[in-house]
Amino acid sequence: MEFLSYLISGISLGSVYAIIALGYTMVYGIAKMLNFAHGDVIMVGGYISLLSMSSLGLPWPLAVILAMLVCTVLGVVIEGLAYKPLRSAPSLAVLITAIGVSYFLQNAALLLWGASPKAYTPIIAGSVKLFEGQLSISYVSMLTVFMCIVIMIALTLFTGKTRMGKAMRACSEDKAAAQLMGINVNRTISMTFAIGSALAAIAGVLLCSSYTSLMPTTGSMPGIKAFTAAVFGGIGSIPGALLGGVLLGIIESLAKAYISTQLANSIVFAVLIITLLVRPAGLLGKYVPEKV
Amino acid sequence: MKLKSRKLKKTTVIDFATYIGVILAFIIMNTLKSQGMLTRSLTGQLIPICCYIVMAVSLNLTVGILGELSLGHAGFMSVGAFSGIVAAMSLQSVIPSEALRLAIALVVGAIFAAIAGTLVGIPVLRLRGDYLAIVTLAFGEIIKELINCLIIGVDEAGLHVINATGTKSVNDLGLSEAGRVLIKGAQGATGTQTIASFTAGFILIMISLVIILNLVRSRSGRAIMALRDNRIAAESVGINVTKYKMMAFVTSAALAGAAGALYGLNFSNLVATKFDFNTSILVLVFVVLGGLGNIWGSIIAATVLTILPEALRGFADYRMLIYAIVLILVMLATNNPQLKALFAKLIPVRKGENVNGQA
Amino acid sequence: MARLKSKNDSPLVPMPSDAYIPQRDLGKTPVLEARHLGIDFGGLTAVDDFNLVIGRTEIAGLIGPNGAGKTTVFNLLTKVYQPTRGTIMVDGYDTKGMSTVQVNKLGVARTFQNIRLFNNLSVEDNVKLGMHNQIKYGMAGGILRLPSYWKQERIAHERALELLSIFDMQDMAAAKAGSLPYGAQRRLEIVRALGTNPSLLLLDEPAAGMNPSETAELMENIIKIRDTFQIAIMLIEHDMNLVMGICEGICVLNFGKVIAKGTPDEIQSNPVVIEAYLGKKKEA
Repeated sequence: MEFLSYLISGISLGSVYAIIALGYTMVYGIAKMLNFAHGDVIMVGGYISLLSMSSLGLPWPLAVILAMLVCTVLGVVIEGLAYKPLRSAPSLAVLITAIGVSYFLQNAALLLWGASPKAYTPIIAGSVKLFEGQLSISYVSMLTVFMCIVIMIALTLFTGKTRMGKAMRACSEDKAAAQLMGINVNRTISMTFAIGSALAAIAGVLLCSSYTSLMPTTGSMPGIKAFTAAVFGGIGSIPGALLGGVLLGIIESLAKAYISTQLANSIVFAVLIITLLVRPAGLLGKYVPEKV
Repeated sequence: MKLKSRKLKKTTVIDFATYIGVILAFIIMNTLKSQGMLTRSLTGQLIPICCYIVMAVSLNLTVGILGELSLGHAGFMSVGAFSGIVAAMSLQSVIPSEALRLAIALVVGAIFAAIAGTLVGIPVLRLRGDYLAIVTLAFGEIIKELINCLIIGVDEAGLHVINATGTKSVNDLGLSEAGRVLIKGAQGATGTQTIASFTAGFILIMISLVIILNLVRSRSGRAIMALRDNRIAAESVGINVTKYKMMAFVTSAALAGAAGALYGLNFSNLVATKFDFNTSILVLVFVVLGGLGNIWGSIIAATVLTILPEALRGFADYRMLIYAIVLILVMLATNNPQLKALFAKLIPVRKGENVNGQA
Repeated sequence: MARLKSKNDSPLVPMPSDAYIPQRDLGKTPVLEARHLGIDFGGLTAVDDFNLVIGRTEIAGLIGPNGAGKTTVFNLLTKVYQPTRGTIMVDGYDTKGMSTVQVNKLGVARTFQNIRLFNNLSVEDNVKLGMHNQIKYGMAGGILRLPSYWKQERIAHERALELLSIFDMQDMAAAKAGSLPYGAQRRLEIVRALGTNPSLLLLDEPAAGMNPSETAELMENIIKIRDTFQIAIMLIEHDMNLVMGICEGICVLNFGKVIAKGTPDEIQSNPVVIEAYLGKKKEA
């Protein structure tokens, strides 16, 4: 029973990672950049939803939508101001810029909202009790897993069926060829950032609901973990992000419970390293050797 | 023959200018310090600046010269710091000379970091590009957590090391009456005797420069740069990829370890979480802003960017925000084609300099 | 072009393996012997049953339409790809399981179709990198600048300039390789490959992008290299004037299979070749 409850909390945590990882993987697939600021967009999403619930007194669905809107705008603005001018620059320059953006968001949040952790009331309280109360599953966990599945299905349909989604896949395969086919590459990239950031907002709300606290650095570690999850599952692949995220969450939760709390992250990272040695492109990624 | 001597001059001139610049800076700072003309905060920063210079220069070997992105350089600094502290503290009664103990601590730090570098390098260097970067990040975090779990004490019987995961604590070390605890798990190293000196920092910088600059201008350095420029071509002329990647990576780790040991012995308290992902990124920023493969650029960037947050102290809470904005603007200004062209117009290019880079 | 007469002096003679090498190389171990070589990429056969023998001082040509698998053959011979089937003997040694580096040490050097220079390094350093395994001092020697460093670097410098002088490039020694004009980059790749002291030099489209006068000069230089270093050269080339002008033996590849082998005269009059290749391509 204990195992089951750890497993469930792992799946719930993993679903948050998966939602964040989806944003990472889409941006990486199309812009080929490690967007280190992605984790901080999550934090912004957390603050916006918190403030709109506590200060504006909005009901939680509206708060989530507001957070998504703000993060979408934020994502597009960041892309346009900081990343777009560096489209042809070396990837390291883009990486450092993303780190600059990450610092900026964290410190702006610090100035606006202070350094001390804020209490975050979960958007849905309560839990289901099973097996005569031996196993309790919070509604937040259930909502998280449910949202993750909905988002996953929606994204798969979006990239497979819609014009914009197909344009995204085309851009991630070959930007020059996509451009020649009449696809507006810049708009497609902006759109990817918009979707990724909206997902980050949802992830922010869910993450804060399960951790029940929020501070300016809240997003960085889940950001790194989610990125690890994306690489673990095969970066650029949407099912890979889901698989990687959920597996990572489960490993982390079980490692914390049965091996060591202090070394849980190390175990997660060790699994990533071993996986990459066996499958250099992650679980579901495709390895493309260099052409001579 | 003429051409060769001119070319030799160019690289040797840059190298010599770098050495002389560092020596001059040391003499000036040392004089100012002895005259009491430095602010207290700047005096306190002299040794950390030396450490960060060595960190930046050594990371430049991996990122700029070998061309592989490493996001876990702080991990090697951490290994060096804590092994250096243990070495220096446990030899306290055996070797009375502080300078000698410091030297031994730096060597021990370098050796342990080199071992860590080898262990990390074997799996990591098989990967490429962003995958390599994420795995170095992962190793950096693993090193941080492992050290965070260490409890080390010393008594007349020697060193006692236990792993603090679970319920173990300092009492489980089994130290005798005369024993002392050197590293207390998450509380880190406490009560370290601070024997680091500015002169030692200067010497460490000079040694690092000799190692890296001479390596780059040698047969091995050429091979390392060849891997960066074109791995497949390098293999086709018989260059052993693994050997030279490891050479660069391990050298880089060893220097970071020495820098870490110096850093560790500059503070009486030090926790393992100091050397996290953010520290790795900080050093990477020095390297990128200083210029990839540009050693003196790394030195200047490390110095300026270590002092800058202090200098911005007047802006209080805004300083890190300003730092972030400056960082973004510098990256945009140096890498955006339009902005670069604009700067090229504003600042006339020096004679004989290659402008092909903008094409 | 007078040099080319030597070709006519030495008619090709058959070897046991249905291969032809020049008369003058008959008594010596062939520099290369590929037998039943083949490679599949995920079920797709790129090269199959490739047999070839190259004499010690032969200039051989490998031709065929685009996508015939010529570069794949080079990649097999240099172990960029490990063959799925067959054996490659270099200098009489089986190269089974060897890496690119090991095969290079045995004496196989190459250039690339899409130029692969060390662009950020100087021309001289590019050549010195070719000579990497002949320069004998280690990491410590370089860092401490021991006497071996100074001595070996001086020798390497002189040798590099000597090699560059083959193409009259010694004046460019200090320039960045990436800043050289296209033709010079192709020539530098050849010099770099020569630096490895090869016994077999593989040139992948050495004349690509060159004008007729540059090509003519290249032809003379290829022969000069063969005569000076007494090595074998095998080249992939689409320029038929070059191939027919300097190659002694030619191998024609189509869809990954050898469709003809022989002297330039035989190849030019071979109906299979004409149909597969020359008939469509010769006017280019």
